[in-house]
Amino acid sequence: MTHRVRSAIGPVARFICRRLAIGLLTIWAISVLSFTIIQLPPGDFVSNYVARLSQTGGVGTAEDVARLRADLGLDRPAYVRYVHWAWNVLHGDFGRSLDLERPVSELISERLGLTLLVALGGLFFAWVFALPIGIYCASHRGSIAEYVLTVIGMVGMAVPAFLLSLFAMYVAFRYFDVDLGTVQSPQYLDAPASLGKTVDLIRHLILPTAILGLGAMTRLFRILRANLLDEIGKPYVVTARAKGMRELALIVKYPTRIALNPFVSTVGLMLPQLVSGSLIISLVMSLPTLGPLLLRALLAQDMFLAGAIMLVLATLTVVGMLISDLLLAWLDPRIRLQY
Amino acid sequence: MRRRFVKHRLAVCGGLVVVAFYLAAAFADFLAYSDPGKLDAQRILVPPQRVSLWSAGRFSPHVYRLVRTRNPETLVLDYSADRSVEIPVVLFAHGYPYRLFGLFPTDIHWIGTRGEPTESSLFLLGSDALGRDLFSRLVVGTRTSLTIGLVGVCISLVLGVILGAVSGFYGGIVDLVIQRVIEMLRAIPTLPLWLGLAAAIPPTWSVTSVYFTITLIVSFVGWTELARELRGRIMSLRHEDFVLAAELCGARPRRIMFVHMIPACTSHIIATATLALPTMISSETALSFLGLGLRSPAISLGVLLNGAQNIQAVALYPWLISPALPTAVIVLAFNLMGDGLRDAADPYA
Repeated sequence: MTHRVRSAIGPVARFICRRLAIGLLTIWAISVLSFTIIQLPPGDFVSNYVARLSQTGGVGTAEDVARLRADLGLDRPAYVRYVHWAWNVLHGDFGRSLDLERPVSELISERLGLTLLVALGGLFFAWVFALPIGIYCASHRGSIAEYVLTVIGMVGMAVPAFLLSLFAMYVAFRYFDVDLGTVQSPQYLDAPASLGKTVDLIRHLILPTAILGLGAMTRLFRILRANLLDEIGKPYVVTARAKGMRELALIVKYPTRIALNPFVSTVGLMLPQLVSGSLIISLVMSLPTLGPLLLRALLAQDMFLAGAIMLVLATLTVVGMLISDLLLAWLDPRIRLQY
Repeated sequence: MRRRFVKHRLAVCGGLVVVAFYLAAAFADFLAYSDPGKLDAQRILVPPQRVSLWSAGRFSPHVYRLVRTRNPETLVLDYSADRSVEIPVVLFAHGYPYRLFGLFPTDIHWIGTRGEPTESSLFLLGSDALGRDLFSRLVVGTRTSLTIGLVGVCISLVLGVILGAVSGFYGGIVDLVIQRVIEMLRAIPTLPLWLGLAAAIPPTWSVTSVYFTITLIVSFVGWTELARELRGRIMSLRHEDFVLAAELCGARPRRIMFVHMIPACTSHIIATATLALPTMISSETALSFLGLGLRSPAISLGVLLNGAQNIQAVALYPWLISPALPTAVIVLAFNLMGDGLRDAADPYA
């Protein structure tokens, strides 16, 4: 961007403002988008409700229907409903789930923790494993281990997460006799929080997070490896080696630092994928995250619930991307100057 | 570029697999020996069958007649082979009628049984909960999934190329707006978006309209990557001499973009499109798997996997999960091929 106008604030503040503005705009666009999507299906909650009622033998008269519509505000034009909805959301009121007949905020907060846990767990997994694998592959070029790791990585990146989780469930059930379709062993279901319960939860979450993190890990370690390979041939590395520095210490200490940038810069782009992935994995493995709730809400045309889930997920993603952008700007001054 | 691609072993393997899959898709009806839509209440959840090649020391491939019994204790259906009745399996047998490439009416399939109808006696990969032959459905489903990917990529190609080129060519405010829109689209987690859009499809729509809507939904998000890639290329070409020459000759911007600049990045476009295809295929599969994409009677890999959704089904009838394998293989092959193409198109990227 050109600097036609000399602003009173410094470049860092301007960078942050810019990012914040884009973030807010994105969240607004998402709110409109989720509201529109909810409005798209023909019919509304009331017509669905009446259809279900008549299936089970109940009768809804025309007046009942009209009153229910008026109660829910469905008789007003769409933009009025949007403003109304957005206003309430801004005040922390997401409305009531029409299908489950409970406040939406309650339903979401129940499941948000686990959703975030799985998504961030996937990110953590990706980071923890990508670093050593990337360094190993770059320093042992052409070895059999590198080849094997690359192939595993290709599979992890290419095969969609829900297929991997299907396979994993099958293998676990068939050969290890473990039922993965739960998040807690039966004896802990109603037990109060305890160390045993936490350990049990973590044990059940290892596989979903690993599957989720595999794709992200592969992408990371391939970038890391490529960056490292670029750095390793440079004169400063040769100098250090000539001075008799041990190979491992040398690689970890110098080129890795430079090659580490993608670890922060890709977080932003990985977040939406991780969120999507965690939803679909929990649908397959029936983890009580927001995924199954969203699917249910969409199928029942429970518009407040579905809209709120989409909005919350997207907002969290945008906030996450914002944080990672700011972090990167803090770590790498070159980025700040680009904006 | 071709020479660089051929040197890339894995990529060539991937390419061959892709070609094989598209050939199979083209001849899907020939390869499917049973009518993929034919229900058979007598043949529900048959396990995969073995074809015996030798009979009394002679080469004569055959299967045994299936006998259905119900286990009196667990009430599970059991199928056993009646060893006394051999049903010969022959090549190029007559089966259900179809049109090859939609043009030539015929009823020849690569294998079939003689004496008894193929539909009720041959189940290479078993049958599903409605007694339909899984192998035949798999072949036909692969065709659907592959074509959805192709059509989806074409749509996102058009969007991505136009928006990317305009964005890179004009720069300034146009570029800013387009880039911000792309940034926003990329910030939204795709799955909830797809789910929401797919849930909006009325259940009364015909198979064809659902098919095209799903394709549109899938490509709605796919074009951003292509637009970004192309914008970068166009921007770097912007100050090349041949563009300047065209401008001096009085060519209009549209002509410069579409006649001079875009052909110069063909290899990039092809590589990015190849990498976009597997994403499309797997997203369609995921949507249909969740029951929000294509629906029966349409057949796609995702629709087939829908039957393998719960753990009980997977544990009791493991062959239902077999559609996962071609999905994984095709996605992997496309990725390998796309990687190779990208490396060949731009060795410095």
